[in-house]
Amino acid sequence: MGGTIGLNVKRKEAWAKVTGQAKYTDDFPTVGHYTARLLTSPYAHARIISIDKTDALSIKGVKAVITGEDYPNFCGPLLLDRPAIANQIARYAGEPVAMAIAVDEATAALAAAAVKVEYEVLPAVFTPQEAMKPAAPLVHENIGKYGHAAEDINPRPNSNISSYFPVRKGNMTEGWSNSQVTIEQEFFLPPSDHLAMEVRAARAEISKDGMVTITTSSQAPFEVRKQIAECFQVPAGNIRVLVPFVGGGFGGKAPVMQELLAYIASREVAGKPVRLVMDRKEDLTAAPSRAGLSARIKLGATKEGLLQAAELTFWLDNGAYTDIGPYMVKAIAADCTGPYRVDNLHCDAYGVYTNHTYATSCRSFSHESLTFCIERAMDLLAEKLAMDPLKLRMVNAITAGHYTPTQVLGTFSNLGNLPACISRLQEMTDWQEGPPVQITADTVRAKGMACFWKAATPPTNAPSGALITFNPDGSLNLNTGVVEMGSASQSHLAQMLADKLGISDDQVHVVLEVDTRLNPVHYKTVASITSYIAGRAVMRAAEDILAQLRKMGAEALSCFPEDIEIKQSRVYARQNPDIYIEFKDIVMGYKDVFGNSIGEPVVGRGTSMFKGLSNLNPKTGKGQSGPAWTVGAQAVEVEMDLRDYTYRIIHAYSVMDVGNLINPEGMSGSVRGGMSMGISMASRENFSYAKNGRGEMTTPSLRSYKALHIGEEPIYELDFVETPQLDAPYGMRSMSEHGIIGMPAALANALSKACGVAFNQLPLKPEDLWRTATGTGAVAEPMMAPDAAVAGAAAGDAAGADASAAAFAAGAGFAEGGIQ
Amino acid sequence: MMEYNEERCVIELQVNGLARQVMVRPADILLDVLRQELGLTGAKPGCKNGDCGACTVIMDGWPVKSCLVLAVEAVGHQIMTVEGLGASGGKTSSKSSSAGTSAGSSSGNADSGTGNGSGNGNGADSGYIDPVQAAFVQANAFQCGYCTSGFLMVCHALANQKPDAEEYEIESWLESNLCRCTSYQEVRQAVDIMLGRS
Amino acid sequence: MIPVNFAYCRPGTPEEAVQAYEGYEKAGKKTWYYGGGSEIISMARVGSITPEAVVDLKEIPACCELKEEGGHINMGGALSLRAIADSQCFPLLGKAVGRIADHTNQCRITLGGNLCGTIIYREAVLPLLLAEAQVSLQGPSGVRRLPLQEVFDGRMQLLPGEFILKVHVPKRYASMPYFHVKKAPTEKIDYPAVSLAAIIEKGRLRIAFAGICTYPFRSKEMEEALNDTGMTIEQRLNKAVELLPEEPADDAHCSRGYRQLLFENMVGQALMELSKASEAGAGA
Repeated sequence: MGGTIGLNVKRKEAWAKVTGQAKYTDDFPTVGHYTARLLTSPYAHARIISIDKTDALSIKGVKAVITGEDYPNFCGPLLLDRPAIANQIARYAGEPVAMAIAVDEATAALAAAAVKVEYEVLPAVFTPQEAMKPAAPLVHENIGKYGHAAEDINPRPNSNISSYFPVRKGNMTEGWSNSQVTIEQEFFLPPSDHLAMEVRAARAEISKDGMVTITTSSQAPFEVRKQIAECFQVPAGNIRVLVPFVGGGFGGKAPVMQELLAYIASREVAGKPVRLVMDRKEDLTAAPSRAGLSARIKLGATKEGLLQAAELTFWLDNGAYTDIGPYMVKAIAADCTGPYRVDNLHCDAYGVYTNHTYATSCRSFSHESLTFCIERAMDLLAEKLAMDPLKLRMVNAITAGHYTPTQVLGTFSNLGNLPACISRLQEMTDWQEGPPVQITADTVRAKGMACFWKAATPPTNAPSGALITFNPDGSLNLNTGVVEMGSASQSHLAQMLADKLGISDDQVHVVLEVDTRLNPVHYKTVASITSYIAGRAVMRAAEDILAQLRKMGAEALSCFPEDIEIKQSRVYARQNPDIYIEFKDIVMGYKDVFGNSIGEPVVGRGTSMFKGLSNLNPKTGKGQSGPAWTVGAQAVEVEMDLRDYTYRIIHAYSVMDVGNLINPEGMSGSVRGGMSMGISMASRENFSYAKNGRGEMTTPSLRSYKALHIGEEPIYELDFVETPQLDAPYGMRSMSEHGIIGMPAALANALSKACGVAFNQLPLKPEDLWRTATGTGAVAEPMMAPDAAVAGAAAGDAAGADASAAAFAAGAGFAEGGIQ
Repeated sequence: MMEYNEERCVIELQVNGLARQVMVRPADILLDVLRQELGLTGAKPGCKNGDCGACTVIMDGWPVKSCLVLAVEAVGHQIMTVEGLGASGGKTSSKSSSAGTSAGSSSGNADSGTGNGSGNGNGADSGYIDPVQAAFVQANAFQCGYCTSGFLMVCHALANQKPDAEEYEIESWLESNLCRCTSYQEVRQAVDIMLGRS
Repeated sequence: MIPVNFAYCRPGTPEEAVQAYEGYEKAGKKTWYYGGGSEIISMARVGSITPEAVVDLKEIPACCELKEEGGHINMGGALSLRAIADSQCFPLLGKAVGRIADHTNQCRITLGGNLCGTIIYREAVLPLLLAEAQVSLQGPSGVRRLPLQEVFDGRMQLLPGEFILKVHVPKRYASMPYFHVKKAPTEKIDYPAVSLAAIIEKGRLRIAFAGICTYPFRSKEMEEALNDTGMTIEQRLNKAVELLPEEPADDAHCSRGYRQLLFENMVGQALMELSKASEAGAGA
């Protein structure tokens, strides 16, 4: 081992990114390209009566105008329910209804605006609660007839239920009878956005002999190839997908959307190169968003706080199309209890169609939402038990020997060590029981915490691969199908590879762009699985190289292959380290002093595929959906002004079991970035939709959709626990997304404590807090009939308050003022 | 009086110390012209509405969002993009007294308008590393890199205009830019390194 | 990318600007005077305005002037908000404009542009109303100088072809004790929910607001009530709410109820500052 593990190696592309040299999809020359622009639906749900392209086509420089009728093919990663352009029915405001292609962007924009569409507005549904009503308008009339790309999803015909995953474990009657204390509460999280700084963009070109080249800002180049092949009946081998740098993805660039549009645009203009860049409004409204979630949580515990029963229902708002939604529902089901041992469990997880912008994976695959519900419920339970919420979590923390909701036996390898995380968090935060700390007459400080766990939920056979070639100086080139979008995954792989080969990190060059013709297949750069699944492939490729070097080295040095040592870019026999061959002299094949040719150039090859995963049993949920969990405990401290409910987040803490901290600074950056996103999402982000019959998004720009700016961030304090995951390279666990997971819940717990009011929905804007605390504003409509509701531990909290209330949300930042 | 009344007109822009002639529409924004006509794609179109700061360039020493500047407005002014960082071989010396009225140049002291022999004519061939670039690398102040050019330009202007900036001033300059990947703590650290404070 | 085409000119004198404006208009072109350009570019980009010609005022020396003259601080209409804030010539105005948009945008947005903008907040006007500022308006028939409040009725009432050449602030107001608070919903970089500017002149509060209603205003009646020491603080606050020129705004940005809560808290703070100032004054 070369000793690069644990070093703060800089990301490989650092200098490209501070010089403007890093090229993203739309940074390549536009000369010779046509530009496509979209026209989108202003209505959340409408029948398209007619489309008149005449005016648009009459504009000089316009090459084509495409509508849904031209390409009625359905696409999707799991359920084939979405056409590239709305055909006959528009199901969300922002959905593309036409696309104009012209010589330049200005002309294309004028043309798109000149397309005349006549609509018949249809009744729409905006929350899972509305969508689940028996007589609710159907978002899709024929979901039973859609094709499936995955076998384990089950949309329910004649309903808005797009997927369903149950979990059943133990005996509920026994569980409730053992519970001296119960709580029941509803929770609500609105949809929001990934808000990658790079908007989605794609280019397409089709040669005369049918070769398709797509350049795109995608996390899933191989999925792009697959969907274009399947959706438009193009031989997969004719498709080449290129992904340069990606300006942030967070799951939002795993769906295939702009590529389909660019492809049909090029096809419509005889294969000429076409570029399509979504503007920020389209990126927010037309392209997939983060899913909303509604939940009803009922927990029972002994008076000592040991959980005995959990009855959990989740309704994921997947918007107008499913995309990867059914697997998010599956992930919620698999991890439904949070990281706690619950032996008696009844969980129903639904994916629900609404007339929102369709949703997709977003940093942590709905775990931040699931965790919000569970961890708020844990605080409510602690309050009712009059127990320290930290202690409640500690006594229930899942650990080796316990079974997960889907009945996987926990081990330290697959679960890590949550109790250790909680203990460390307790020390770091100087956790104290008791009331909030009074700072001034009007301000208080309070802390809130949350624990989390997350396992990836990939297809059970998701693949990856690595191909390694050498340069004449002995350095090597690492090729994988991994996309560089900020997570430094490839740099981490390089670090592992360097260590494995016993060379220094700077001898590993990483091919940062992906070309589906050159790079080995990799499922998608999602779910923080890169270090695991691509890591396994890289390790196997490294073994392949070592074997080749041993064989060649043995021949060149006249020894047995098992005598060969490979260290510091040298090959030698361990019994005689004085005589060695430098990498540069052997990796391209060896020539001895007599001119004899020995061996051949070294090429390393390694592939991998998930093993041991299974579909979940459709009745009980039993099965293993992910390889291992990453656990952690997080906290925030807030200072709140009780006069107007404004607050500052003073501190944010995180302790995560990452298995092996292979790059402390880099990995800390990922965790802090996730925490920052969680704080931003929870404190200010939500999509809201007009209640005017049209249902358009009222937050379609960065002026109305607010993300955290500098100056509003807390002081971050991090620590790590290292319990190796035995089947993962270097024991390193998935960790790229996980910083976000506990933050929304920890913030809500802190604010609830500061205020003495239970805040059970997001976002936590000051105005929303004021509304809840004073009972002002829209009255909540619960998911369930009122008689089914059981009073929660905290009085006065309105469950599942009207989503649209957030549309009118406001608050106040801390403002300066002073007399001079 | 400067007038551009035709649908298309040829203008001369001073970018990274070089005079560049381009054909534009008077309605073209500087960002699009830098990216598409001059190949200077370091400035990024994150929102084209002045909200994200990813397209920030330096104009006469002050940061501006190039999505909210017409290309014709830039005629007669000195523009510096991320590609020009380091081209001048050191911290720039011209210091303007106030925004919007200064004619000082932050990059005009290098490569005075005749090409710099680098082939691409985009400056930055001296191999010199600007302190802001080194600081951002050192502090890991970026991940996906898309907002980075904008932050670098704001920080570079700050270093020149207000090297003694107080914390609140630094914050107020940097509030103009959004980063979705980092926690901002890294960006603050980079600014401290750049200003020699850590 | 702005899809429509327009003509652009950059005059060097106010007269040239007016001539250019009239020339374009005579040729049938819808013409806009152009300051920092933020609003015109962003609105033209989405097609909510379709200018056919713009007249850029930023390089007219008189519009970039910043100097004291005859008891007034003269500020050119094309001065950037950042230049005004950095100059410290009128600290309250500096505070107010230093909270408009963000720092980088402040380097472009002009004083005149903010006063004439279509965005309803126009926060630069608040300190100017309090300071009894005058404006010089350049138009086809020359320059007219008059009190700002005569031409500002929630928004600038300009004659066709007119633009703000200069703003004149009586110097004595620039150095009076002041108070400024802007509260935005959640995020600091945002439009205000409520923005408050106040000056204390000889123990009397002058106060102006943006955000609370659909236009910025200064209300003499409200000032009377707030300065009425015959009433308790609470009575004065209630009276202030009563005397709002219209019901608090109620929109997607911020609800009426929460705006009112902020308004009451902020005015309460201003009254506390007033009483602190008068105590300090009495002690001196």
